[in-house]
Amino acid sequence: MTTLPDCATEARATAFRRFALPRNAALALLLVAVFLASLGLGPYPAPLGHIIKILFSLCLPESWRPTADWSAVEQTVVQVIRLPRILLAALAGAGLGLCGASLQGMMRNPLVGPDLLGISSGAACGGMIAILFDWPDWALVASAFSGGFVALLAAWALARAARGAGLLPIILAGVVVSAFFTALHGLIQYTADAESKLPALVYWLIGSFAAANAHKVAILAPPVLCAGALLLLLRWRINLLSLDEMDAQALGERTGALRWLVLALVALIVAAQVSVSGIVGWVGLIVPHVARMIVGADHRRLLPASAMTGAIFLIAADDIGRTLSAQELPIGILTALVGAPVFALLFWRNQARNWTGDRA
Amino acid sequence: MTAAIEFDRLGHCYQRDHWVFRDYAARLERGRIAALLGRNGRGKTTLLRLLLGVIFPTRGELRVVGRAAFAPQNFQCAIGYSTLDLVLMGRARNVGLLSQPSRRDEEAALAALDRFGLAGKARQMFEQLSGGQKQLALIARALVSQADIIVLDEPAAALDMKNQILALERIASLARDHGLTVVFTTHHPTHALEIADEAWLMLDRCDFVAGPADEVLSEANLTRLYDTPMKRLVFEHEGRRMETITPIGRGAPSL
Repeated sequence: MTTLPDCATEARATAFRRFALPRNAALALLLVAVFLASLGLGPYPAPLGHIIKILFSLCLPESWRPTADWSAVEQTVVQVIRLPRILLAALAGAGLGLCGASLQGMMRNPLVGPDLLGISSGAACGGMIAILFDWPDWALVASAFSGGFVALLAAWALARAARGAGLLPIILAGVVVSAFFTALHGLIQYTADAESKLPALVYWLIGSFAAANAHKVAILAPPVLCAGALLLLLRWRINLLSLDEMDAQALGERTGALRWLVLALVALIVAAQVSVSGIVGWVGLIVPHVARMIVGADHRRLLPASAMTGAIFLIAADDIGRTLSAQELPIGILTALVGAPVFALLFWRNQARNWTGDRA
Repeated sequence: MTAAIEFDRLGHCYQRDHWVFRDYAARLERGRIAALLGRNGRGKTTLLRLLLGVIFPTRGELRVVGRAAFAPQNFQCAIGYSTLDLVLMGRARNVGLLSQPSRRDEEAALAALDRFGLAGKARQMFEQLSGGQKQLALIARALVSQADIIVLDEPAAALDMKNQILALERIASLARDHGLTVVFTTHHPTHALEIADEAWLMLDRCDFVAGPADEVLSEANLTRLYDTPMKRLVFEHEGRRMETITPIGRGAPSL
């Protein structure tokens, strides 16, 4: 994980904002480094030179390709096993980091994560139904997506029914929807056959990148890249959404519509992530806090930083999960194991600082 | 003189037939200051929302010429924006939905801060500014949005005596030096008397008195407004005629 800058004095805080753009560039470099290093990590280590050549050979036209001086095993390990898995972790991490930063800004609440609206529990529920009835892969993804959107729609309808303006109805509706879907998880597990179905359901709920393949990357990439790009374009608007309702509206912002647009984009990303890798908790909650310590609170810099930090975090966490022991540790367990103490630490550090990360 | 704000038979209800107020009428010339007085829960914020165009009147006519901007009361932001980040938000209407503020927007924000002597604080955390500086920064934000009308919610609340005087002086200068039309709410009739040209009293749901501050802020009107006896005192201090308004009902059975 990245080192957290200490910024106890105002002068340092000011100097530190001046370098905010280079900080994002540094994060980008770190992301590339972690990505390349992870391709070499594992039971069959591959040298960096070979990895880069294999990557070039994958994306360059025939005549430009470097001559193959690597082994066929290396090619298979890097291309078929590691690359999809690392891409999946990077996309999931970037998506979750982006969602978390957007939601925390928009809801003016540091404790909000992408699980907030029950989207991930809804999506997980859809996936569990597919596993329970032995549906094929594509149906599992579709079912997870539908579950996520049913959750978002339910939260939306509940918030509308409360008729109050502002954030509280959305948050409360999210808690209700989330609790309902969690109850459904229990019900599905209870009714599932303990021998054949229950293990699959439990693994699904834990979240893992072990089953990564190119097909899953192809499912995750379009929603994360499209919705993520839109969120990045809206990043300054999220500054405005973080103001008081009346204040933002008086500045000419149509807060209601914009807020639901952001929520829909978040739902798309989270549902896509859950449909390929199950629930990966804590990432969307902690990553924005870490990113805020690196680049400050302005969402124009925070959103890109959060996406990159999320990707770095999940790639690294998955590296640890798959190399630490002979038997893999599922990513969902690792993120929670790392996430809870890190969050406690961040909370303790930031308590006197208004959770902004870079206040003196 | 042209009117900046004009309303007639104005009424608003959030739920059907639950009127916050109705049949309100007033007119404010350009470059003048109006003070809005009313008891808690009378609907001051609703009237401000209408003026800002955040909500629309249920009934009646409302004409606001030009753009109205808002400077909220004890603005608190949980997120650590710099003063410049915050003032830049005033450009919301000038920046496309999917675009980021340009260098020109940033320059406009810096120029607005400079006008209030806050250029040096641009990169500092907004939360680290003093109360008065925060208010100035919020007014700068209103100016960056190219507003002609500034609406302030209790600009002198929660300030000590010296800062109250400074805040009032700032508001007076917005109209005098910057040519802006100003509407502010207050619970201090004396403040209204000191700097406002017009006073608007929200006496009751259907009872609204608007007119020159000196006339409208009479003992009879204020006694009705606050439901407690009010006294207007005139005295001389170093040759200057001073006026202050104070409640005299302490110990009265109605309190």
